[in-house]
This record gives sequence, C-alpha cells and structure tokens, in this order.
Amino acid sequence: MSLDIVLILLIDGLSTGAIYLLAGLGFVLVFSVTRVIFIPSGDIAAFAALTLAAFQSRTVPGSIWLVAAMAVLACLAECVTLVRNGSARRLPHAIFFYAVLPLIPCIAGLAIAKQDVPEILRIAITMALILPMGVLIDRLTLRPLATSSTLILFIVAIAVHFLIAGIGLIVFGPEGVRTNPILDGVASLPGGVVVPAQQILMMIVALLLSLVFYLFFGRSITGKALRATASNRVGARLMGIRPERAAAAAYLIASGLAAIVGILIAPVTTMYYDSGFMIGLKASVGAIIGGMASYPITAIGSVFIGILESGASFVASDYKEIIIFSVVIPVLIWRSFAVHRDGDEEIEELA
Amino acid sequence: MMPARLLAVVVVLALFALPAVAPPFLVTLMSHVGVSSLVVLGLVLLTGIGGMMSFGQAAFVGIAAYTTGWLTTALGWSPWLGLIFALALTAVSALAIGVITLRLGGHFLPLSTIAWGLSIYYLFGNLELLGRHSGMLNIPPITLGPISFMSQTAMYYLIWTFALLATLFSLNLLDSREGRALRLLRGGAHLMGSIGMDTFGTRLRVFVISGIFAGIAGWLYAHMTRFISPAPFEVKISIEYLLMAMTGGASHVAGATVGSGLVVLIKNWLQDLLPHLTSNPAQLEQVAFALMLILILRFARSGLMPLVLKVVRRTSRPILKEAGLLPKRQLPAPGDTVLEVDAVERRFGGLIAVNKVSFDVKAGEIVGLIGPNGAGKSTMFNLITGTLSVTSGSVRFLGRDASRLSQREVAALGCARTFQHVKLRHGMSLLDNVVSGTYLRTRAGYIKSGLRLDRAEEERARLEALMRLQQVGLAERAHDLAGDLPLGQQRVLEIARALAVDPVLLILDEPAAGLRKKEKDALAALLNKLRGEGLTILIVEHDMDFVMNLVDRLVVMVFGQKLREGDPATIRRDPAVQEAYLGGLA
Repeated sequence: MSLDIVLILLIDGLSTGAIYLLAGLGFVLVFSVTRVIFIPSGDIAAFAALTLAAFQSRTVPGSIWLVAAMAVLACLAECVTLVRNGSARRLPHAIFFYAVLPLIPCIAGLAIAKQDVPEILRIAITMALILPMGVLIDRLTLRPLATSSTLILFIVAIAVHFLIAGIGLIVFGPEGVRTNPILDGVASLPGGVVVPAQQILMMIVALLLSLVFYLFFGRSITGKALRATASNRVGARLMGIRPERAAAAAYLIASGLAAIVGILIAPVTTMYYDSGFMIGLKASVGAIIGGMASYPITAIGSVFIGILESGASFVASDYKEIIIFSVVIPVLIWRSFAVHRDGDEEIEELA
Repeated sequence: MMPARLLAVVVVLALFALPAVAPPFLVTLMSHVGVSSLVVLGLVLLTGIGGMMSFGQAAFVGIAAYTTGWLTTALGWSPWLGLIFALALTAVSALAIGVITLRLGGHFLPLSTIAWGLSIYYLFGNLELLGRHSGMLNIPPITLGPISFMSQTAMYYLIWTFALLATLFSLNLLDSREGRALRLLRGGAHLMGSIGMDTFGTRLRVFVISGIFAGIAGWLYAHMTRFISPAPFEVKISIEYLLMAMTGGASHVAGATVGSGLVVLIKNWLQDLLPHLTSNPAQLEQVAFALMLILILRFARSGLMPLVLKVVRRTSRPILKEAGLLPKRQLPAPGDTVLEVDAVERRFGGLIAVNKVSFDVKAGEIVGLIGPNGAGKSTMFNLITGTLSVTSGSVRFLGRDASRLSQREVAALGCARTFQHVKLRHGMSLLDNVVSGTYLRTRAGYIKSGLRLDRAEEERARLEALMRLQQVGLAERAHDLAGDLPLGQQRVLEIARALAVDPVLLILDEPAAGLRKKEKDALAALLNKLRGEGLTILIVEHDMDFVMNLVDRLVVMVFGQKLREGDPATIRRDPAVQEAYLGGLA
C-alpha cells in the first residue's frame, strides 16, 4: 500500500468521520437530555438528502406530507394532553409550536418545488422542513414513555426507525438519489493526490459546528440549561428548567445536525429511503465511544470509525460492516463497565 | 373459568386435529406459527422473564438454518446429523457471544445484540460457501425411517411436536430451582448474590437456551421451506420476534404461542390486503408492525396473556407435609466466635469510609451496629456480606478468611442478609420468594428441572419454605403475592427468605426503617425468638430505641471509626455517644 493510497484513505476516512461526528454530537446531546439513543436521526439525515434531491429535480418531496401529517398528529396529541391536565390556556402556544411552525416550511416547500430558485434557498427550505422532525417524532412516540427505562426507550427508538423508514419508502419511493455538489472542483495536495472540494467542505463544516457546540455549551444559558438537565433532571426542574423544553431543544438541534449530514453526503453517496439506519448506527458507535456523554471523545471516536470504515472498505470491502460492528462490542464492554461497575441493576418489569 | 390444565389440553388437541379439518394454507400458516413460537419462547425466557433484550435471535435461527443447509446439500448428510451440528454450533455461538456481552447493563446489551446480529447477517450475505445473497437451494426434506416430512402436514406435526416439547420444558424449568434464579434476574445482582445465586451464570445459561430454541426453529425452517437466503435472519426479523413476544405477553410461556399466532395471522392478512392498497406491501407491513410495537409498549406492555389468564383458574399446588426436610447446617456452640472484623479499612479514592474498625460477634448474640448518618455502617455491612471488598484488614467468618469472597461465597458459608430497601419479587408468591432462599441447599440443574426429575427435592424445598413462613408468622398468606404485603411484613418476608438459606449469621440492614411502633415490637419479638433458637444476628440500625431493648452488645461507629463498644445501658450513658448523636446539646 503506497503512501498515496494511505493519504486518500485517510482523507476519505476523515470526511466520513466528519459526518459521523456531526450525527454523533446529536446522539450525545439527545441521550444526555432524554436517555434516548435516537437511532432515527439517521433516517432524518436520509430524508433531508431525499428532500433536497426532490427539490433539485423540480418535484414535491414526500417529506412535506410526512411533516405536515406529523405536525397535525403531534398538535392533536399535545392539545389532548393539555386539556386533560386542565391547562387549556396553553393551547394557542401548543398549536403555534406543534402545528403552525412546522407547517410554514411545508407551504414554502410546496411554493418553490416546481420553481427555479437559487440552490441556497432549496437548502434552507430543506433544513427548515427537516428541523421539526425530531421534536415531532419525540412528541408522538417517545415523550409519553419518558419515564421508562433506557431499555424500553431504546426499543421504541428502534421501532421508530422501522416505522419512519417504512413511511420513507412510501413518500419517497425506492429510487436512490444523488444531489448536485454544493462545492464543485477539487483541491490538489502535494504528491498528486486530489481531494474533492465537497469532502473538504464536510470536514470544515464538522469542525466549525463542533466549535459552535463547544461555545454553546460552555457559554450560553440554553447550553448550560441543557447540560444541567442532562446531569440531573429533578435538580434542573427545581432550578426552573423544564425537561420537556430541554428535550425539545435537544431534538431540534439533533435534527438540524442530521439535516446537515444528509445535505453534505448526498452529493458523494447515493441515498435511499433506508440509508439512514447504517449512518445512524455507525454514528452511534462514535457516540458510544464517547460514552454518550463526552463531546470531545465522541469526536475522536467518530473520526476513528470513519477511518476504520475507509480502511476496511479498501482491504476487505465485503466485510466492511462486519469489521465496524465487531469493533462496537469491545467498546460497549469498556463503556458498560464504566457505568455499571457494581453490576446491581434492577430491571423494569414489562407488565 | 376453567382450570389452566384443561385449557392447555384443549389447545393441544385442537392443534392435533387442525390438519384434518383446516385447508392446507392454514396448515402451512400454522407451521410458520410453530417455528416462530420456538424463537419467541426463547425470547420470553430471555427478555420477558430474564430482562435481557436481544435483537439478534434471527441471527441464531440463521446459524442453525445455514449449518443444516450446508451439511445436507454440500456434504449430503442426513438432516438429523444436521440438527445435531446446527444446535451445537448455535449453542457454541450463543455461549461465545454471551460470555463476551452478557455482563453489559442497561441499553448496552441490546446495542451489542444489534452489532453481532448485523455482523452475522452480513456474514451470511458475503460468504461464497453459503451462496451469498442468493442463498441455498434444494435443501432435502427430513425423513425418519419410512416417514418423509416432505408433506406440509407431516412437517406441521414435527414442528408442533418440537414447539410443544420446548413449551413444556420451559414451564417445568420456570417452576424449579434454576427457574426461580431466572425469575430473580430482574431483581438485580445483590438480591441474587445474597441467596447464593450466580447472576452471570444464570444469564448465560438462559441466553444459550434461547439460542438453542432459535436453533431448533432454524433447522425446522430450513427443511420446511427447503430454500434459505439471508433475508429472514435480519435484525428487522428479530424485531418481529420481539413484537410477537410483546403481543402475546413476554412474561408468560404461553404468550410465545399466542403472540406468534396472532402476529403471523396479522402478517398473512396484511399480505393479502396490502397489495391492493400499495405497490410496496413489504414496507407497509414494516410500518404496521413497528407501529404495533410502539403502541403495545405504550399501552399494553403485558400483552394478551392477562386476557387469556382471566378465563382460566390457576390453583396453587398444595405443599406436601410428608415431603421430608432439607439438610441443615450444624450451628456453632453459644459463645463461639462467628464473625471477626479485624482492622478493616475501606477507601473510595481519597475518602476513608471505614477506618480500621474491629469487632466480633459471638454465636447466639444479637449485636447492633449503630451510628449517625454517614458513619460508615452501610459500607461496613457491604464489606461483611462480600458486596464490597476491603482495602485492608480482614473479615473472618467461622474462622475462615472472608475478606475477598464474593456475596455468593459469603452466603454459602452461612451468612444471610436482608436489604434496607426491600428486594422482593413482587409478582411472585410469598412461598416462591422464600423457596428461592433454599437455592444453595438444593442441587437440581436445568436438564433435571426441565424434565421434571427434581420433584422430590422441590417438595422438600417447598416444605422448608413453608416452615420458614410459619416461623415468621406469614404461613397463612403463603400463596399471596409478595407485592400485596404492607412494608412491615415485606421486611419480615425477607427475613424468612434469609432463614431459608439456613444461616449461622443473619445480618439485617435497618430492619426497623419505615415500620410503625406495633410492627417494630413484632419484629423485635421475632428476632428475640430466633436468638433463642441459636441464631446469631447482627443488626445495622439507625433507630436507637429499637436496638436498645433488643441487643446484647452495641458497636457505635462515627465518621468511619469505631467510637465505642459495650452493652446498651453503658452505651446510652456514654457522653461521647451522646455527643455523636445529638451534637453535644444533650
């Protein structure tokens, strides 16, 4: 294996790792606030890619109907809960938040779908459309079970993946798509290695967003509130932080990250309605390396998984997935012992 | 209402008669139900009862199916040899995976099952030997002497014979010594360790059993459809099995059959219906099943079995008074040293929780270990019972060094305990909770229990448990559920379970916490009576009044150190003790 190849694999691995890093940050954020391993964020990324591709081919993306339907259902669910709890005065707020806000990008999407509009507008509307998905999924499926064990939440998250991936096929169809690159052209490195500009963009975006994350959690009040909820729900509630609101913020940010992931990889990888599962699972490996808690270690873990994947696909491409998922097991063992050292864990009854 | 046994007989007869009256497609469908129910049965034991979640069961089905598929096509072996090798390979795989992953807690375990489930699935799709994604064709049918299981009806009978035998095995198992260990898994490692059960070993064994059940299903599946490809062994299908378990009722053996039956029927109905509605029926089916799983988890976690159980009447088996007794330990003579704590130290990082504490407990005594909050009493308790290991110093029990022993080993030496926060299995009867305590005094293993060869010993254990319940005054309620008792009596029930261990030393962790005055008096009377019978008791307690009138000696701890030791009257008058408890204001 010559140095060129190593360099190419390394750059490939870094850009893949950058994608896992972005999704991984979302995993850690959602898990630390809600204890949910949000596997469906991979599907959200795939839906973002498919939505943008639909706009580029001048068709109405199916995600518009999906988001609209979810918004209506979530709004109904929230209203029923509010009325039952006797807090009907918060109805207008709920309707605005769960129905009106998500429906705005749906309408905007319908308006521009068949038009020639600047690429940047398409990306912006795709982002706005995908952004509420995590919050809506949470409201409909996970929030009612928020007090259950991580185990139950995990099963539900897996079930949600199969649910929305199945719906994905219905609304997007079985065809794979690639979107137009956001950046064209290549950069040449010394030694004759060429790097597509899109890959460089992926790395830069990951780097910048990690920095934003770092600053957000270190400095801003919202960031601190999220961190407080993560470390102690009851304590945070006593300090006036609403866990539901913190969860909504976490899902919003995670969906945003997933949307960016989808938009960034669609030009380099063909995306199908069900491509999200693998992206979600592999990104979750990075987050697991970070113990679902540490952003810097998640970053390192994600880059490691990216490089491992590019190396594995060069050496034994048929066994790529097997290699990556086999790495998970020692990582899980290491992480599990850090958490459950004394091994005394009572398990919630099913019945 | 009808007896449960009668319903079971009716169901078995109906299954037997089905091919005679039902159309062939229903027989085929019911064959699939039988195959699935074997996998789901494994999941009921593993998940519903044992509390371990697996997204990898379909991979086990695949390992067996591919093993028998390859052996019978490439090598032309008999399917029966295929069965032996398929089960052996599945069991070995389950054992290997289990040894590596079953110590994982919480969501880590299911994550790992996805990882190996996916890896095995990709392996099927990539091995040239196994036909890659196109799979294996022309797998021969099973034959037995002159009988060929080529016909669907013959296969139906073969499948249901296996499924019903596995069901019977599981029912027997759950009503046995190891079955109780399995039912205690959800109660946590400390509960199990306190009565000498091996948490990891139990997890591993049930994991292998669930793998073997999936393996039988895989063998039957391969020779029924006579063609295999990777698709039915995907993680997605594992989720279907999980859905079946949840639909039926994951904590009931019969739930496996009910759940597989219902889901397979729904699946068949969807497969008839969906093509009329959509061009992607498979995906819509996936949507329907995922939705169903989410709804069940939210609204009906116990599945359908509670409805079935409403129709049947379950009578508790009477306890045979002539069963005979379990062997009992020889108690040491009064005054012999039972427990010696010698300069024990325990550090947590820089914090010294217990600092060079020494005391001993003599046979036939009640000793109280008291001290204000944070004095290190609970740490001391954990060091004696093997829950924590000592940093330095030694704990000797009946003359043997117990400092490095596990909870299980300490229990085996004759040291039984109760818990500050009561650890009982609320869904099990008082009797079953107490019988669990006899685990170390009985022998029956999985095979013996599954084949019901353990009855003589089992009856002795049940009689022993009844006697312990009589001893503490709860015998009338032996068949009630432990969860129905008020807290005070739950603490007493824990004592009965500890007594069933046949201990030399009984250690009680704050037994009076949360009890009303009357309950405290009753508890004190019980402990007095037990002392009279030669038992040695160590009480870790917060409640001064409770211990003062009960104990022979007190050991007072403050800030991790032993402050005083002496009889209750002396301790009560001691100014240093008063200051420690009341901050010098008295």
